[in-house]
Amino acid sequence: MTKLTVTELMEIMRECAGEGEGVAAAGDGLPDTTFELLGYDSLALLETAARIERDYGVRLDDDQVTESETPRELLSLVNGAVTEVA
Amino acid sequence: MTAATVVTGIGVMAPTGMDAGRHWAATVRGDAAIGPITRFDPEPYSSRLAGEIAGFEPGDHLPSRLLPQTDHMTRLALVAADEALADAGVEPSELPEYAVGVVTASTAGGFEFGHRELEKLWSKGPEHVSAYQSFAWFYAVNTGQISIRHGLRGPSGVLVTEQAGGLDSLAQARRQVRGGIPFMIGGGVDGSPCPWGWVAQQSTGRVSTEQEPDRAYRPFHAGATGHVPGEGGALFVLESADGARARGARTVYGEISGYAATFDPPPGTDRPPTLRRAAELALADAGVTAREVDVVFADAAGVPELDAIEADALRALFGPSGVPVTAPKTMTGRLGAGGAALDLATALLAIRHGVIPPTVNVPRPAPEYELDLVSAPRRARLSVALVLARGHGGFNAAMVVRGPR
Repeated sequence: MTKLTVTELMEIMRECAGEGEGVAAAGDGLPDTTFELLGYDSLALLETAARIERDYGVRLDDDQVTESETPRELLSLVNGAVTEVA
Repeated sequence: MTAATVVTGIGVMAPTGMDAGRHWAATVRGDAAIGPITRFDPEPYSSRLAGEIAGFEPGDHLPSRLLPQTDHMTRLALVAADEALADAGVEPSELPEYAVGVVTASTAGGFEFGHRELEKLWSKGPEHVSAYQSFAWFYAVNTGQISIRHGLRGPSGVLVTEQAGGLDSLAQARRQVRGGIPFMIGGGVDGSPCPWGWVAQQSTGRVSTEQEPDRAYRPFHAGATGHVPGEGGALFVLESADGARARGARTVYGEISGYAATFDPPPGTDRPPTLRRAAELALADAGVTAREVDVVFADAAGVPELDAIEADALRALFGPSGVPVTAPKTMTGRLGAGGAALDLATALLAIRHGVIPPTVNVPRPAPEYELDLVSAPRRARLSVALVLARGHGGFNAAMVVRGPR
């Protein structure tokens, strides 16, 4: 199974939780910008995780999801799970 | 004497208009906004008319972050709150942290959102239910979203007293202003335009099954057949008269000068209903006599038994045809917790413009009610208005507003 990219993750977040007010300003540093600065709270992360679980057929631990502080950390969690499924 | 609490900002989202100015213009014209339901297929239901807000595009008013997490009525409330704050010239970010609170009223919370998520739960499974369901359905959600959007950390809450809530929330806001909170947002915006909300409302037996928009909601008419539900309401900025004067508030619409709430005895007792008592207590609280009241905005249930109770109360207080009575909600339907709030906005605008807006579709009330029901816009010098509201289940509220002195 293909791994999720930052671009795909941010697109899913936009669909699930809207455009975070800090996303446009993050530029190249986006993967390591905290969700808080990007404008996403824990519910936005849970909503995003639920969509990823459905679309990618993976299971994600809610606590680990909400402990992810940046897109890179969340991607690492998701892609680790994707690898397990594969 | 307790210092006066005044209204310095009004925000309206109503079938008659998406801001206070447009609402007032349509209301004075008698331009009714009741029509066939468009937000879901009404065909399977015995009642098929509603007062809907046409042409509302939430994305034009709100950031995309708020859209996945908000019910329709919350979006309407957020826009109304924006308007009320802008109208008052109040920018919460420039004020101390606890300077602004918010109290709204709700009847059912975010019903349409909840309907959609429950449908997903039963048809697709729990993993398809939105995380935002955790709060988007909740009665207090409008208060919460308004307070988050504007960073309001003053005292907050929600009143759940069906149609009476629009007034009850303003009374609570007034209490907080009297207690020293510089600014309060109060009022209600409501609506549950979904099949789930619709069957819940129909279960009261008070929703008209009449299919003609101009015959479906005719309070005080001999042929009254119930009411038409609608969506929307109004929110207000309240502050002390002294505070408004000190900061040079642009507009003082009027004073919330009296309020009372009562609860009806249970069905089957021989004690009388308490709407009249609520009105008497509100007048006493305002320190005005019945003779000083220039206009009454009626609850206008549209159910003969309830119309008779209200007519009796008005006759007892004011004498036969003793005061002009109007029900502009005949143009919007009954808006749940938003209804009486919208009436209060209309009352303040009526005082400001010196015009009593009409009750539509009721050219002549049933003669036994002995009402001076205003059926065409009437110019009048208005100073004091009484707004009445009854919530399903026994709630009564009455509020007296007085124009700026």
